[in-house]
Amino acid sequence: MSAAINKPIDIKKSVVDSILAGLISLIVFGPIVGVVLDGYSFNLQPARVGWLVAIVMVGRFVLSLFLQTARGLKILQGFESTGSGVHVLPPDYKSRLRWIVPLLIVIAIVFPFFANKYILTVVILGLIYVLLGLGLNIVVGLAGLLDLGYVAFYAIGAYGLALGYQYLGLGFWSVLPLAAIAAAMAGCILGFPVLRMHGDYLAIVTLGFGEIIRLVLNNWLSFTGGPNGMPVPSPTFFGLEFGRVAKDGGVPFHQFFGLDYNPNIKFLFIYIVLFLVVLLVLYIKHRLTRMPIGRAWEALREDEIACRAMGLNHVLVKLSAFTLGASTAGLAGVFFASYQGFVNPSSFTFFESALILAIVVLGGMGSTVGVVIAAFVLTVAPELLRSFAEYRVLLFGVLMVLMMIWRPRGLIRVSRVGVTPRKGVAP
Amino acid sequence: MTGTILELKELDVHYGPIQALKKVSMHIEEGETVSLIGSNGAGKSTLLMSIFGQPRASGGQIFYQGVDITQKSSHYIASHGIAQSPEGRRVFPDMTVEENLLMGTIPIGDKHVDEDMQRMFELFPRLKERRNQRAMTMSGGEQQMLAIARALMSRPKLLLLDEPSLGLAPIVVKQIFATLRELATTGMTIFLVEQNANHALRLSDRAYVMVNGEIRLTGTGKELLSNEEVRNAYLGGH
Repeated sequence: MSAAINKPIDIKKSVVDSILAGLISLIVFGPIVGVVLDGYSFNLQPARVGWLVAIVMVGRFVLSLFLQTARGLKILQGFESTGSGVHVLPPDYKSRLRWIVPLLIVIAIVFPFFANKYILTVVILGLIYVLLGLGLNIVVGLAGLLDLGYVAFYAIGAYGLALGYQYLGLGFWSVLPLAAIAAAMAGCILGFPVLRMHGDYLAIVTLGFGEIIRLVLNNWLSFTGGPNGMPVPSPTFFGLEFGRVAKDGGVPFHQFFGLDYNPNIKFLFIYIVLFLVVLLVLYIKHRLTRMPIGRAWEALREDEIACRAMGLNHVLVKLSAFTLGASTAGLAGVFFASYQGFVNPSSFTFFESALILAIVVLGGMGSTVGVVIAAFVLTVAPELLRSFAEYRVLLFGVLMVLMMIWRPRGLIRVSRVGVTPRKGVAP
Repeated sequence: MTGTILELKELDVHYGPIQALKKVSMHIEEGETVSLIGSNGAGKSTLLMSIFGQPRASGGQIFYQGVDITQKSSHYIASHGIAQSPEGRRVFPDMTVEENLLMGTIPIGDKHVDEDMQRMFELFPRLKERRNQRAMTMSGGEQQMLAIARALMSRPKLLLLDEPSLGLAPIVVKQIFATLRELATTGMTIFLVEQNANHALRLSDRAYVMVNGEIRLTGTGKELLSNEEVRNAYLGGH
């Protein structure tokens, strides 16, 4: 092993590192752990601080030693060589995803038979966030328009179902396309005034839009029920309900098919429909990024002036990104509402927008696979860490900081297959 | 005389309170190579951009093949046969050479893409070597070639070039101007905006000299090359 290493292990450096880390942890843990409030006075607990600092110092020392070995150096290099942006693969490159995607689909089909209701609901939530992430990925990742009010379109989808049921008697199936259209129109309405803005200014306006929608929902008591929220109908299967007993003397799903009553069936149904919709959206997105419109989005992100000189209608390009992103969020909203059975404005706070943005950024701007993974990580991880509920946001922050240090381009670096012109095909 | 392809009539352009162009009138005939030279801040790039409506002219008119395009949107202008290679190249950094060229076909669709791409690779053999490389990783000269090739992909009737020699090594500048000469002999109408007066004037049939937003001098390339004032101002007096 020693032959592989050019320079010997520098123990002095490791000691210095560990002392530095110890000092920092003393500053951090000192007030948090070392001082315990006891009524109006407080107790000093130096022993606890001592243990924590010792653990940090030993950990840092071992880490520092490890990173100086050949293997450690390799890992370190791996982290550092993630410099440049989009990675373009040769046009005839065959992705490994060819094998992984069918495998995942099979797993997704088989899995509900083994899952209990809890796991099923967690996965549904994960899939909803996949949808949201994919939608925002078009706006932020591809077109480069920073949208901080994305949750507004999600709310429009969810309230579309609740209000449609309340006032128009619409059900899940009729609202599903309508909500997508309504959210798309809202995206268009938001898109028009903000076309002239870039970067930070755009972010502020969209942030404002998100808050406006939430505040309207919260304060328009007579129409939306305000903070009390609204009930949402369960989805139906060709008019068959999933409850134990159907309303108005109808036949419930389980009786019609002669099955035993299963309380999970509603979630199973949502899961299946949601899964199909996610697959559809993934496919559409996959095609879009290879179409001229997808290329136009990316070009707009890279250089707007060049785009205009090329004769791209930047108004259309931006609006289409906004509209498509928004309609995806509308779909996700409908699923969220019927999954919860109830909507209220507190589900659509700025924190949701930030979470969706975090999914896109963590996943790697513009990378579909990355977004799917990040959506699952950020929704399933908090569920797994239920016992650490108070530290959830802390863990979130730590994860973000670590990501930005080591993977500034996101989990999966965007790599796309190069485009070759089609041969002899007239448009 | 085959007809005027582009005509500017007393064009005024303002940036806020500042007037960048003052009653500029000029015309470009079909098949001609015309250059516009001037020092920094004279309004050369502004003139080129205002043909595309960015910024819009505050007075005067622009005619393209007899049609008034003063108030038309940029993408309309770009899709009707005027192509521009903007100042500072502005290639799409994360796209490959081929993808950049594909972007150039937006105004006309990809009917002729194979043929045109082949033509570009003949015109700029360097691009062929780099066809699957990202534009960001190429040298300045290669990026400039790419920007010109991208503009040509839309089969323009009029090619506007904004400082193709900007920040390039003399030998690369020579290559690029040789290519432009080649293009000009095929009958392409070229409007060239340059600071490198020596090269530009040698290439062009006619030229305009712009000073502080006004056309100061005009004449054939040869005339201006031998003009005392131009020699002193732009050619270092030799």
